Amino acid sequence: MHKTTLLELFLSFFKIGAFTFGGGYAMMPVMHKEVVEKKNWASDEDILKILVISESTPGVLAVNSATFIGYKIRGFWGSLIATLGVVLPSFIIISLLSFFIIEFKDNEYVAYAFSGIRAGVAVLIFNAVFKLSKKIKKNWFTYLTIALVTLVALLTSISAIYILLAGAVIGIIYGLLLVKNGGEAHA
Amino acid sequence: MLELLQLFWLFFKIGLFTFGGGYAMIPLMQSEIVGGGMIDAELFVDFIAISESTPGPFAVNMATFIGMNQAGFIGAMFTTLGVILPSFLIILLIASLGSRFLDSKYVKHAFRGLKPAVIGLVLSVALMLAIRKVLPMVDLKTFHFNLTEFDYKGLIIMAVILGLTKLSKKMTPIGMIVLSAILGLILYGII
Repeated sequence: MHKTTLLELFLSFFKIGAFTFGGGYAMMPVMHKEVVEKKNWASDEDILKILVISESTPGVLAVNSATFIGYKIRGFWGSLIATLGVVLPSFIIISLLSFFIIEFKDNEYVAYAFSGIRAGVAVLIFNAVFKLSKKIKKNWFTYLTIALVTLVALLTSISAIYILLAGAVIGIIYGLLLVKNGGEAHA
Repeated sequence: MLELLQLFWLFFKIGLFTFGGGYAMIPLMQSEIVGGGMIDAELFVDFIAISESTPGPFAVNMATFIGMNQAGFIGAMFTTLGVILPSFLIILLIASLGSRFLDSKYVKHAFRGLKPAVIGLVLSVALMLAIRKVLPMVDLKTFHFNLTEFDYKGLIIMAVILGLTKLSKKMTPIGMIVLSAILGLILYGII
């Protein structure tokens, strides 16, 4: 069996980075095709493991996947090269685009288009809320937390980082109380 | 150099506190970068739209954009490195040492609170963007309710896009952005 070269690893992840839009879960089908079906670098089980780990750690899913698979194939350097590969297409494209945006920003029609786009982006983010909501348990605790966080974030200037830390703390308190009261089944 | 290190640290924090992928990063960037006065709110939304319509991970696109905007190419390198480093280090640790610490009951309990908190944060950004678009003079944070400017065209565009996404499951983010650009050109430019 031939040993995977770092170049091969880099090119595969470069391709994954270059051909997925939006990143995150949108990236998984392309990743699966390249890494599992074509190259045989990872199993379905590995992909599932990456998803489970990503659910319970912070960070960027594309980078998580590249680091995990790169490490599995070629250790530390593999993880570094795979991560570099998945990030580089974005970096190059956006660096180039930045120059054009400054150039076109003052164009009247570009301004009209972006005025419309700002309305579209609001809807885009509302849809993200619906999608995220499907993944959580629905009970008084989650509804109350969502409502409180929304109000605090809308009406105050408290940093999102502190709000998240507070969320983690009340999650721990709620979880410990649940276990203590034996109410896990209703959670 | 100090400015570059500050940019790096800012994006490192954003990477470290992003739970739940791409969109979950928007509230963090909103509060740290727009709230901190680094870029204005409109440009931030433009960056979101472009990052959604170009290939690659959303987080990297946003970091590169803001880095370029703040300190050019070198700035973009620092912000991108900052946003990916937490993921890289955490997964490296897990891949080499195993993921046993994730089975801790405290980690599991923390996510009971983190998940709804992320949803609340993303919802607040969506509401903020919608209000800022339709009623640009309203400022919720200072309880400033000036209703003199009402952008009904913005409201029409939102209603059309929302309606279409509910009717067709095939509507992609890029499709939504292109369509709202066309509607913007028609409603603001022609009518």
